[in-house]
Amino acid sequence: MKIRTRYFASFRETIGQNEEILTLHEGANVADVCALLLSRYPRLQAIMERSACAVNHSYVPLDTILHEGDELVFIPPVGGGTLPSQEHPLWSL
Amino acid sequence: MEPLILITHEPLDRNALVAAVTHPGAGGIVVFEGVVRDNARGNQVRYLEYDVYPEMAIQQIRAIVAEAQQRWGVQHAAVAHRIGRLEIGEASVIIAVATPHRGEAFEACRYIIDTLKMTVPIWKKEVATSGEEWVEG
Repeated sequence: MKIRTRYFASFRETIGQNEEILTLHEGANVADVCALLLSRYPRLQAIMERSACAVNHSYVPLDTILHEGDELVFIPPVGGGTLPSQEHPLWSL
Repeated sequence: MEPLILITHEPLDRNALVAAVTHPGAGGIVVFEGVVRDNARGNQVRYLEYDVYPEMAIQQIRAIVAEAQQRWGVQHAAVAHRIGRLEIGEASVIIAVATPHRGEAFEACRYIIDTLKMTVPIWKKEVATSGEEWVEG
């Protein structure tokens, strides 16, 4: 299946493009895409660890299963400086 | 009333946002304006560059305002965020809230800006004399 990733802020500058179409195996989840991107772009490591992720415009946890045509975006820390954590993950807001 | 939500490259128009929330039943209007500061963590800032994930930012702001409407009965709210390059002293965000009594307006405005800064996918890059960096806070 294919999904679309869009890159913003530090992700866009590190990767050097605005978006990509990724081909994934059926049943792949967000964590699989993290691993794929880290293998392609090792310099993402530090920022990836501090980022939340969104599928189709909503914050989701890493074990979210992806589907054909989904839009996945990694959200590096935003202005408030509050990092998503186990106690207060962004996707629960 | 539908809240006014705006993300734009253009300078923000405070008067237009206040006008958008003004109504005969309002007893108080609270306006928060965030402006670009010339220093951060000991660095001398030259300018800021804001980036946004527009579709999600609009959706998140809409959800935040809806929550404020539910908690404080806010009927009239406007939220505008500027993106792109901003110079020192320019407004990056303006929030205007009008309610029948002042207490709700203060609380709702505070809630909207605090939550916006935590959850809305808008990022800023500080371009300082010493270098540039995507920052938090």
